[in-house]
Amino acid sequence: MSMKSLLNAVVIFFSATLGLTLIWAILELPVSNHIHLSEQVLIQLDASGVRHPTTAVLLNFRGFDTLLEVMVLLLALLGVLDQTKKRKPKNLSISIRLNQPYLQALLWSARVLVPMMVLVAGYLLGVGGYQPGGAFQAAAVLAAAGVLLNLSGLLPTWREPSWSLRLGFIFGLLLFLLITAMTLFLSPGLLLQYPITLAGIFILIIEAGLTLSLGLILAGFFLLLSDEVNNKKADE
Amino acid sequence: MTGALIYACVGAALFVCGVAGLILLPHLLRKILAFNIMGSGVFLMLVGLGQHDNIPDPIPQAMVLTGIVVAVAATALALAFVRRLLYLTSKAQFVANSKSLDQTEEKLITRERNKEGDASK
Repeated sequence: MSMKSLLNAVVIFFSATLGLTLIWAILELPVSNHIHLSEQVLIQLDASGVRHPTTAVLLNFRGFDTLLEVMVLLLALLGVLDQTKKRKPKNLSISIRLNQPYLQALLWSARVLVPMMVLVAGYLLGVGGYQPGGAFQAAAVLAAAGVLLNLSGLLPTWREPSWSLRLGFIFGLLLFLLITAMTLFLSPGLLLQYPITLAGIFILIIEAGLTLSLGLILAGFFLLLSDEVNNKKADE
Repeated sequence: MTGALIYACVGAALFVCGVAGLILLPHLLRKILAFNIMGSGVFLMLVGLGQHDNIPDPIPQAMVLTGIVVAVAATALALAFVRRLLYLTSKAQFVANSKSLDQTEEKLITRERNKEGDASK
């Protein structure tokens, strides 16, 4: 036991030292005068097709990163999907036993909130071009609506995702890849280089596709596994 | 001390809390939480340092936005694995002997197959 507390003390000591070193390094950090990436972004902003610099970086200047990011999300989803086959499902929402008035309040609020959340997601997607917002924020709101529906028992757990649902997962990526291929034809040799006149509409199409797919994927992380895990006791 | 530096220093503190938690806490769910706190600390540092005179730099912002989404995905995958481990061992902790884990998995698979066989009869 004393060995363990000694180990704890050593770990805490080293963590504290690391923290103080990091903070010291941050305070001593020289103000850089060489790199002006943000100025570059602002100079090129007119060519990006959107008016918000973060959206311009995400979907135009560093569009390749976002494309790969969607693939990373799909990889993680594949890992989660693999786990769904190995269990006997049982809906989590059934196991939450609420008293009737509380359940009614939950159902009522879910039914009121979810349409509003879909509206908010659409709004966030629309304003992404010129103020904070965009596909990822909208997708997070959509996914939260899915989780709320599942927890209140209105939407069952996705036990065996249907083909249309699977298509929904990859729809955004396919659309993104299609536009990537189109850019290759429109400006040969340059991947994801949108023509200036079409950049705005391309970004909006990609963002709309990504909102749908990312919303499904993020909701899927919860809804694919949202049933009880410990079936062993139930089996025996 | 400007606002940017306060964010960055809080980020460093969060990162260190996460590191300590990751090493010290045996329960895997807590390890995942600690790992997320580490990540949040890094994000806060990136966003905090990446601003000049309170004007945000869009590049770290975009990086952090990407990072948050990937962190959510990684957390979901980690949780799925923890659930599998919990199903196999009834414990959400690292297993010292992975051989016994394989045996448990084989046993469960054969049992499920036998059950399916019974059901089809």
